[in-house]
Amino acid sequence: MGNKGRKTIIVCQGTGCVSSGATPTYKALEEGIRKAGLTDIQMKLTGCHGFCQRGPIVIIEPDGVFYSGVQEKNCEEIVESHLKNGQPVEGLFYKDPATGQPIATYGEIPFYANQERIVLARCGHINPEVIEDSIDSGIYRAAPRVFWEMPPAAVIEEIKKAGLRGRGGAGFPTGVKWGFCANVEADQKYIICNADEGDPGAFMDRSILEATPHQVLEGMIIAGYAIGATKGYIYARAEYPLAIKRLGIAIEQAREKGFLGRRVFGSEFDFDITIFQGAGAFVCGEETALIGSIEGGRGMPRTRPPFPAVKGLWGRPTVINNVKTLATVPEIINRGAEWFAGIGTEKSPGTAVFALTGKVANCGLIEVPMGTPLRKIIFDIGGGIVDGGRFKAVQTGGPSGGCLPEEFLDTPVDFENLAKAGSIMGSGGMVVMDESTCMVDLARYFLDFTQKESCGKCVPCRMGTKHMLEILEDICEGRGEPDDLSKLMELADAIKEGSLCGLGQTAPNPVITTMKYFRHEYEAHVHEKRCPALKCKAMLQYHVNQDACKLCGTCKKNCPADAIRGDKKKKIPFEIDVDKCIRCGMCHTVCPVGAVVKTSPGIVNDHEEAAEAAN
Amino acid sequence: MEEQLSAIFARFRGTAGEVIPLLQKTQEELGFLPEEAMRRIGDFAGVPFSKVYGVATFYTMFRFTPVGKYHVCVCRGTACHVRGADQILEHVERELGISENETTGDGEFSLETVACIGCCALAPCITVNSDVHGRLTSKKASQVLKKARGAALKEEEDGK
Repeated sequence: MGNKGRKTIIVCQGTGCVSSGATPTYKALEEGIRKAGLTDIQMKLTGCHGFCQRGPIVIIEPDGVFYSGVQEKNCEEIVESHLKNGQPVEGLFYKDPATGQPIATYGEIPFYANQERIVLARCGHINPEVIEDSIDSGIYRAAPRVFWEMPPAAVIEEIKKAGLRGRGGAGFPTGVKWGFCANVEADQKYIICNADEGDPGAFMDRSILEATPHQVLEGMIIAGYAIGATKGYIYARAEYPLAIKRLGIAIEQAREKGFLGRRVFGSEFDFDITIFQGAGAFVCGEETALIGSIEGGRGMPRTRPPFPAVKGLWGRPTVINNVKTLATVPEIINRGAEWFAGIGTEKSPGTAVFALTGKVANCGLIEVPMGTPLRKIIFDIGGGIVDGGRFKAVQTGGPSGGCLPEEFLDTPVDFENLAKAGSIMGSGGMVVMDESTCMVDLARYFLDFTQKESCGKCVPCRMGTKHMLEILEDICEGRGEPDDLSKLMELADAIKEGSLCGLGQTAPNPVITTMKYFRHEYEAHVHEKRCPALKCKAMLQYHVNQDACKLCGTCKKNCPADAIRGDKKKKIPFEIDVDKCIRCGMCHTVCPVGAVVKTSPGIVNDHEEAAEAAN
Repeated sequence: MEEQLSAIFARFRGTAGEVIPLLQKTQEELGFLPEEAMRRIGDFAGVPFSKVYGVATFYTMFRFTPVGKYHVCVCRGTACHVRGADQILEHVERELGISENETTGDGEFSLETVACIGCCALAPCITVNSDVHGRLTSKKASQVLKKARGAALKEEEDGK
């Protein structure tokens, strides 16, 4: 790693890194380089690298040296030591959580080394706001080839042969969907990119749009050509301002280059794209609701058939594809259907992109071949459970999905296997939970979400989710009745059967899977009025372990309810008044020696166990 | 308001399909959606007021009362939930002395929760206006609010 050759400094400007302070970092590096009078160095902004948790991320190419958590104050050292004197700064290297060993380059970091990136290949390596960067990296190579060499039917055939399935969650074969639409005669057709990523705990689509917007645009151009649509919409969440901004820039640049607009790429084909900003409704991820929203109404699902491919936006044939599906399309054209079909499993070819979050050591955006076991994703890439905790469950598919316990860790992840286990593939949210997550509380959390997001059209969904939520709230607050569990199952069945769209049909899934795999937790809440995970507030008690207490008084000072008695100077031991205590957990959080113990009556915990469970 | 609305309408054609973008632009400009503005949007787009109101109340993004100068949103996404978002929310409520969907008496802070802001790797997180603050603890949340409050005070002094 000498000081030879032109160096490029890559500074991630994804939402995650920006919130960790990447903007001042970029400015400090720029300033440092200017002050040091270094001329052979290029600065480059990129989109998300996926390792958001370790941000701000700075990479020095061509060596591939990976710095994580680079703050403004660290920049001088990078400039002085690495850029000027060729000595990488070891203190800023990523440290393997297992061994504590520093790792210099991103290729060697297990988080990256264990991934196979197709959709995300360019994320973090190109500047999303410079179209030339995208072109140099191979984007916009497939679209012109399609225009000159492949009739629309051949494109559809290629996608069918590749076996690409919709990455939005349902996994419907993309080529088949395109085929339906292509076969309908109409004066106008539409292609819509569904970027209404509403699942809480998921940010795959946002990161892709922020990092490689042109890849998605190219996918839309190809899809439009294949089905005969001259107009495209991107339905993006309003909560993603940066993604919307970068898409806007990308569309403008593509128009200037003649990749969008009249006679794209000099062909006979006209195609243009409009961004439509969502307004905050989870149900709009459902395709007919999304169409209703673009048409200016309340986003409420319609009955199908007719399917949108036949009768969609403004009554015209419309194909709606997820961001990741469209981002995969150009790669299939470039490298061929056989190549794609060779990755992953027979029924689910290709790769899966996940937002790996929760209690794992390495949170972030990952891409693996379909069929990769959960264990590899969570432990090899994710680095295992944070703070030495124990794995309890993994939740996939967001509010429509389910929680899978340890026994499924060796299950290969694909559409079929997850469905068999009672969860779904979903759009890619994967939240890992440890022993401190209460599964009843989690079910309550998801029901609270779906109940709020139910559009209200179908009574079983509107009323049923509300009823389920009320029962779950009762259970969490210690008012559970023995027959609540059977009532929950009854309601779950009714909601599944009586709802028109995916939201209602899948809303009970989190309850069904947690009841199936973690029934003992429900029973503990209902029969013993205790929360084994020490999470449900109504069943908690805090007290000070006098043997461990150092009489520092921090707990008393921070207690918002004035519920702690004791005196530092007079050496009166600190005690918590149970009647005054609001169980906010503040004393437990601030105690420097872990002397505040959290228990749920019925459990005898020694101090260490309790503290561990709380972390 | 009249002038602001006219300026917004000038950028649209006045069709039913434009109701949502019209509402968004109006809220961007006015900070919230007064009834009169929704009536005017209805007239402009050729849609009854009842329908405009129906659309506006369907989507969580639209507000019918003004928000504070510092708009605090606590993320309730799954990753944030698992990492203790409820504790953060309670703490922020205590610090500001208001509950979810309320604004402080001085009009400085308003508090809302959002389903997910997509910064799950930095959970738990909140946003203050458009800035995301991640990896929060109760203590860090206090600092974030204190900083915003400090900025508010400074502006006030500078203004004098």
